Amino acid sequence: MRYSGLRVIKEALTGHKGWKPAWREVAPKRAYDYVIIGGGGHGLATAYYLARNYGAKNIAVLEKGWVGGGNVGRNTTIIRSNYLLDGNEPFYEHSLKLWEGLEQDLNYNAMISQRGILNLVHSDAQRDAFTRRGNAMILNGADADLMTTEAIQTRYPFLNVNNARFPIKGGLAQHRGGTVRHDAVAWGYARAADSLGVDIIQNCEVTGFRIEAGKCLGVETNQGYIRANKVASCVAGSSSRLMSKADMRLPIESHVLQAFVSEGLKPILPGVITFGAGHFYCSQSDKGGLVFGGDLDGYNSYAQRGNLPVVEDVCEGAMAIFPMLGRVRLLRMWGGIMDMSMDGSPIIDRTHVESLYFNGGWCYGGFKATPASGWCYAHLLATDTPHEYAKEYRFDRFEKGRMIDEKGVGNNPQLH
Amino acid sequence: MIINHPILGPRDSAEFTYIGDAALIDRPDWQAEDALAQFVDYGYLRDNPAGKHKELWFHEQGDRSFLVVTRDTTTHEISGVELARDVARKRGRRK
Amino acid sequence: MSQVNRLTGGQIDRSQTLKFKFDGKNFEGHPGDTLASALLANGVRLMGRSFKYHRPRGALTAGSEEPNAIVELREGARQEPNTRATTAELFEGLTAKSQNKIGSLKFDLMAINDRFSNFLTAGFYYKTFMWPAAFWEKVYEPIIRNAAGLGSISFKDDPDSYDRGFLHCDLLIIGAGPAGLAAALVAAKSGAEVILADEDFNMGGRLNSERFSLNHQSGVDWALSTVLELQSFQNVRLMPRTTILGAFDHGIYGALERVSDHLLVPLAGKPRQILWQIYTKRSLLCAGATERPIAFENNDRPGIMLAGAMRSYANRWAVTPSQSVAIFTNNDDGHKTAIDLKALGVNIAGVVDIRLDAPDSDLYEVIAGGQVIDTNGRLGLTSITVSTPNGKTRCLTCGALGVSGGWNPNIHLTSHHRGRPVWNDDIAAFCPPIDGPAGLSVAGAALGSFTTTGALLSGAKQATEALEELGFKTKKAVLPEAEGTITKMTPFWYVEGCTRAWLDQQNDVTVKDVKLSHQENFVSVEHLKRYTTLGMATDQGKTSNMGGLAIMAELTGKTIPQVGTTIFRPPYTPTAIGAFAGRDRDKDFRPIRKTPSHKWAEEQGAVFVEVGMWLRAQWFPKSNERHWRESVDREVLATRNSVGICDVTTLGKIDVQGSDAAIFLNKIYANGFAKLAIGKTRYGLMLREDGIVMDDGTAGRLAEDHFVVTTTTANAVPVYRHMEFARQCLWPDLDVQLISTTESWAQYAVAGPNARRLLLKVVDPSFDISNEAFPFMGCANITVFGGLRARLFRISFSGELAFEIAVPTRYGDAMMRRLMKEGEEFDVTPYGTEALGVMRIEKGHATGNELNGTTTALNLGMGLMVSKKKDSIGSTLSERVGMNPEDALKLVGFRPVNPKDPVPAGSHLMTKGDPVDAAHDQGYITSACYSPNLGYSIAIGYLKSGDTRKGEIMRLVSPLAGYDHEVEVVSAHFLDPEGERMRA
Repeated sequence: MRYSGLRVIKEALTGHKGWKPAWREVAPKRAYDYVIIGGGGHGLATAYYLARNYGAKNIAVLEKGWVGGGNVGRNTTIIRSNYLLDGNEPFYEHSLKLWEGLEQDLNYNAMISQRGILNLVHSDAQRDAFTRRGNAMILNGADADLMTTEAIQTRYPFLNVNNARFPIKGGLAQHRGGTVRHDAVAWGYARAADSLGVDIIQNCEVTGFRIEAGKCLGVETNQGYIRANKVASCVAGSSSRLMSKADMRLPIESHVLQAFVSEGLKPILPGVITFGAGHFYCSQSDKGGLVFGGDLDGYNSYAQRGNLPVVEDVCEGAMAIFPMLGRVRLLRMWGGIMDMSMDGSPIIDRTHVESLYFNGGWCYGGFKATPASGWCYAHLLATDTPHEYAKEYRFDRFEKGRMIDEKGVGNNPQLH
Repeated sequence: MIINHPILGPRDSAEFTYIGDAALIDRPDWQAEDALAQFVDYGYLRDNPAGKHKELWFHEQGDRSFLVVTRDTTTHEISGVELARDVARKRGRRK
Repeated sequence: MSQVNRLTGGQIDRSQTLKFKFDGKNFEGHPGDTLASALLANGVRLMGRSFKYHRPRGALTAGSEEPNAIVELREGARQEPNTRATTAELFEGLTAKSQNKIGSLKFDLMAINDRFSNFLTAGFYYKTFMWPAAFWEKVYEPIIRNAAGLGSISFKDDPDSYDRGFLHCDLLIIGAGPAGLAAALVAAKSGAEVILADEDFNMGGRLNSERFSLNHQSGVDWALSTVLELQSFQNVRLMPRTTILGAFDHGIYGALERVSDHLLVPLAGKPRQILWQIYTKRSLLCAGATERPIAFENNDRPGIMLAGAMRSYANRWAVTPSQSVAIFTNNDDGHKTAIDLKALGVNIAGVVDIRLDAPDSDLYEVIAGGQVIDTNGRLGLTSITVSTPNGKTRCLTCGALGVSGGWNPNIHLTSHHRGRPVWNDDIAAFCPPIDGPAGLSVAGAALGSFTTTGALLSGAKQATEALEELGFKTKKAVLPEAEGTITKMTPFWYVEGCTRAWLDQQNDVTVKDVKLSHQENFVSVEHLKRYTTLGMATDQGKTSNMGGLAIMAELTGKTIPQVGTTIFRPPYTPTAIGAFAGRDRDKDFRPIRKTPSHKWAEEQGAVFVEVGMWLRAQWFPKSNERHWRESVDREVLATRNSVGICDVTTLGKIDVQGSDAAIFLNKIYANGFAKLAIGKTRYGLMLREDGIVMDDGTAGRLAEDHFVVTTTTANAVPVYRHMEFARQCLWPDLDVQLISTTESWAQYAVAGPNARRLLLKVVDPSFDISNEAFPFMGCANITVFGGLRARLFRISFSGELAFEIAVPTRYGDAMMRRLMKEGEEFDVTPYGTEALGVMRIEKGHATGNELNGTTTALNLGMGLMVSKKKDSIGSTLSERVGMNPEDALKLVGFRPVNPKDPVPAGSHLMTKGDPVDAAHDQGYITSACYSPNLGYSIAIGYLKSGDTRKGEIMRLVSPLAGYDHEVEVVSAHFLDPEGERMRA
C-alpha cells in the first residue's frame, strides 16, 4: 500500500479503516536464499537493498524480539558524515546521501532533518585536528564548515562562552548532518522490504548455526531449523554472543552507552551540538524533548542499563555549556549495548565459515550508518565481493595492521 | 558499582579505571615462532562473554593496585576480586 | 469570592493565607496546599492544555503521576517548565503560568488541532508531509517543531545551586505510608541505620488522604505520631520531599531531595536540591499504588479525575473540584470517595458502577451496571451521559467526576534492573518481578496488598526479614488495628463504542490509536508505545500504560501478561539536569591545576591557556605589544639570543626505583635502556602494545636503581597507568616501584646561549656543570642556593643549550623569582607555551599534534629505534605489513614557496598536477608557526614517502579555510640541523 496525500485524506475521512499492516506477520519457510539474523535497522536495510538492488526474492529477516528493538530503537538519532579517515569517510558520506533520499525511496516519512551538527573546538590543537578532518571531508565530497565563535554565538546565543571552564574557540560544522526519527527508520525499511517480498519473522531467536565441512547450511531457531544459501549476522550489541555459536571470537567487546531525553520543551536547539571538552552532545526532537548523551559507562556489559556516575558526567557537560538547562528535567534514561570494536570502526565481511557473513562492531556510530551498512552488506551478500565504500571494514585489518582508528586510542574498545 | 578491594574493603567503582579483559595478563612470548599471530589474538580478540567475566580494574584514585574482578556482564554482580599481581603470578608471570 | 470549593477539616493551616498568581490572576491558599489543591479550592478546574490536540485539561491526580496539570512555575531565570501543580507546594508569592497554548488558556488558538484530530492519529506523520520532497524540512517540520513541546525555558542561566551527597545505611525504606512507617518502626528499634524517604512533604502516604482510623486515632494522627516517634531515634534519618529516582548496581540508590522548592528562593547558602547517592545494605520499597482511570468518550475534561485523588483533595486539602460530583467505578474503592465527599457536604450526583452487583447505598444513588458514555462542558465538566443496564441513557449534572479503574502497585524501582513484572489476577495488575534488584524487598500496596492492615503487616514483616538477614535483632512490632476489607473489583478498561476516549491524556493517545496501531501490526508493547507515543509523556505512563496494554490484549486475543509490559527506567519522576550536575558547572565544570609559577606569571600579566586541566602561561605580553605574535616572536628571539625560562612542571614525571628498574624500562621503551649510564638521560620512545607510539619523553638515570621518566603533559596519567599495568600484570616479580611525582617537583626549562651562565649563579659551586663535566643529556641530583635539593637535566626541547632544573614544588615560586632576578644581567625572558611551540617546530620535534594515536615510529623517522633484539611493549605488533608500507607517511618540514604564505595546520598536501581529492591525498600539516628566526611561516607534517621528497614543490590545500598554494618539502630541522647549539 502506497502512502499518498490522497490516501491520507481519504482514510482520515473514513475512519482509518483502510490502513494495512506495515509488514506481514509470517511464519518462517523451511528454506531461504538469504537469512539475515537481526531485525534492527541494519538487518532490515540489508534485506531491503538485497531485494531492491539485486533483485533477490527469497529473503528472511529473523528477529529474536520485535523489529527495531535493538539499537535502532535506542539511540540519539544523529546522522552525519564528519569522519577523518579514508576508510570511513566515503562510507558515511554515502550513508548521508542515502538518508537524504530515504523518505522518497521508502515512501515513509522518517523525519530526516538536516539541521546541522556542530562540534565545538576548545583548543588550538583541537582546531588543527578538526581542520584536517574538515578538509578530509571536503576532499571526500562531503560538506564541512569551520565556524568562528561569533558565528556559533549567532546560532546559539545562549551558549556559555563567557563563563566557560574550557573556552569555546569555534567549531567544525556539518550543515547536512542532523537527526532522524529513529524508530521510523526500522519501520520504514521493514515496510519497504516486506513490500518487496521479504519475510520478517519476529520472536524468532537463532540458537545455533548448522555448519558442515566449513560451510554454513542454515540456522537453528526457536521456530525450527531454517535452511539458507547464505546466512548473514547483523546483530550489533550481541555479535559476540551469536558468533560464539560458530566458534568465532571477535575483535569486539560489548559496552553499555546511556542516553537521555528531557521533558518536552518549546524550541531551544535547532541542530545537534557536541561539547568537545566534556562528554555531552544534544539535539532537540521534533516533539520537543532534548535528546542527549555522553560517554560509555566503560565496562563490559550486556545489561542495557548504566549507573549514576555517567549520568552525572553527562549532565555536568550540559551545565558547562548550557547552564540555562539547570531546571529542565531529565525524563528518561536508558542503555544500549554497543559492539565496541578494537579500532572503533565496523566490520562488514565474510567469515572463515563459507556462506556465513558478518556485520557488526558499529561502536556508537551504528545508527547513522544504517542505510550504507545495508547497502554495502547487501552488495557483499549478493556478489561475494566487498563494496567499494566498505572495503576497509575487514576482519583481517588487525592482523595486517590496517586499523581505522579515528580517535587514535588503539585496542581499547571502551575508549573509542 | 562497589568493588570489594582485597586490601581496602568496599570501594565505589568511580575510584577505579576499567582496563579490560583480564586475559591481557597473558601476554605472549615474543620469541615464539608464531609470535605475531599470538600477539594479534592477544591484542584484538576477546571472548566477550554474556555472563561471568574476569576483568582488570585499576585503583587509580586509590592505592594504584590492579585488580582482577569477576563480574557478571548481564547483572553486574561481582563474585570475586583479587590483586592482579597475585593472579599474574599464578598464571606464571615472573620477570 | 475566594476558595469557593474549600471544605471543612483537612491538613492545611487556615491561620495563614498565602497569596499566589496563576496566569496573572491573584488567588489565595493556605500552607499545606499544593498549587492544584489551591486552584481547585478557588474553583479553577482548567489548568492546562494537552500536547497534540490542545484539549482543555485539569488535574487528573493528586500526585506525581499527574499528566495534565503541568505549568511553568516561577518567573525569570527560575522559570521551571512542566512542573506538576499536583505536587508543587504552595508558598507566598508563587507564580505559575499555564503552558502549551497560543493566546489564553481558555481560548488557545492551537485548539484548532482538535478539529483535525481525524488526520492527527497515531503515526500520521510517518505517512505524510512527503510531498513535494523539499517541503518536509522547509515547511512542514518547522511548523511541527514550533507547535511541539510543552513548557518553555527562560533561556537564562539557572541561578540556584545544587549539591550532591553520599549516604550509607543498613536499610533504606522507600515510601512513608502505612507499610513504610511500620517498617521504619521495626527498623528503628533494631538499632540499624535507617533512612526513610518519601516524595511527599507530609509523611503518611495514603493515610493522609483517608478517613479511617488506626486504633482510636485517625490515620493522619497515627502517621504524625509515628513520624514524631521515629524522629527520636538517632539511627533513623527521615527524608521527606525526597524521591528515590532509581535503583542502581550493588544497592546504590539515587535520590533527589527538594530542599528549597517550597520556598520563593532558597535560603542563603542552601542549595535548591540535593542529589544523594544512598549506599544500602538492604532496601524496602513501600511506594504504594497508583489508581488507574477508565477510558470513555470525552473522559479528559477538567473536573474528571481519579476517585482516589478526589478523596485526597477532600480529606487532606479540604477541597472539592465541584459542589456536585459523580463517580464512575469498577470497584468498591470508588464508593469510598462518594461516602467521604458526602460526609463533607458535597452533593453526589450518582455513583455509576459497571458491576450489576454493585453495593447499594442510602447516601447516594448507585447506577449498578451503568457506564459513562459521554461528557459535556467545553472548559470544564457540566454533565455526564450514562447508559443503564436497561438500555436507556441518563444525563447527570455534575462539575466533577471521580473515576476508579482499580489500582496498580508502584513497582517501578523493582524493574530498574530489567526484571519482568509478574501479573496478578486478583488485583488485575502487575506485581514486582522475582528478579528485581538484589537486596530490594517490597511491602504494602506496592506488593499488591491494598488494605491498611495488610500494608502495616507486610511492612513490618519485610523489614524484620531484611534486618535479621543483616544480623540485627528485631522485636515483634506492635501495630495498630486498622481496616482490612479487601476491595472488590471487576477489571474494566474502556467503554465500548467510544470514538474519542483518552488513555494517555498528556500525549493525546486514545483507544482508537491503539486500535489503529494494532491494525497496522504495531502489536508488541514496544511498538505500541513508540507508534502511538503512549506512556512517553512527562508522567511516563503511570496512569495510561495499563489501559493501552489491556486494549491490545483484547485486540490480539491474548492475556495482558502475554502482551507484556514495558520496563520502567529511571528516574522515577523527571529530575532537574542541574541536580545531576551538582556544582560541576560553568567555570567549576572541572578542577583547575596551576603550576608553581602561576602566581608569579599572573603578576607578569601572562595570558594563560588550558592544557588539559592545567593552566599554563601562553605568552607574557609587554605593555607596548599589540598582537600576540609580537610577544611570542620576542620571547623566541630572546631565548635563542640569550636565555629564556619556561615552566615545564606540567610534563609528567614518574620515579622508577628498584634493582630491576633498568630491566623494566627496557621493556617499556622501544629503544634500549638497559645500559644507560648513571648520570645520563636518554630520549625514550614508548609504544602501545599495538605498535603505535604512545608517548615520547626522556628517562634519566640518577642512580643504579633510580630513574626519572618524563612524559608529555597530556599523557602523564595514561603512561603511569600503562607502566603500572606492565609492572603488576606482566612482570610482577620485577623489583621495581613507581610513583608519579608530577606534582612533587616544580621544573623549569632554562634555555639559550646564556643558560649555563645563569645556572652557575644558581647551582651550588660543588657541582660542576661545565660542558665537559655535565655534557648534553647529563642528569644529576644537585643542590641550589646553598643546599636546597634539586635535580638537573641537560635536555633541550628548544634546540638551544638548555637545562631543566627541578626543585620541590613548595620552592617552585621562589625558584622562578630567583631565576628571573639572577638572570637580569642576561636580560632573561620568561616564555610561554606558544614560544615553546615555535622553537620545537623550528627543531622538528614531535608533540601531541604529531603523536595522534595513529603514528608509528616509522612515521616519525624513528623506525630504527625500535629494537628487535629485546622484548619491549609494542615491538612485535609494530611489524605488521600495514604499518610498514613502502610509501609510509614520514614527518618532514614545509616552507611556503611564496614567503608571505602561511602553512596552516590541518591543510592537506597534493602532488602538483594531480586532482584535488581524497584519492590523491599525499599527507597533511600537523603543526605550523611563524618562525621569527627564518622570517616566514614553517610547518611540519606527514607526507607519503616524505623522506625521499625533499625539495619537491607540493600543492597545499585547505578548502575549509580557502588556501591553495605551493609549499616546498624540506627537512623538519629548520634550525641548527646538526644540533651544535644544544651541545655547546
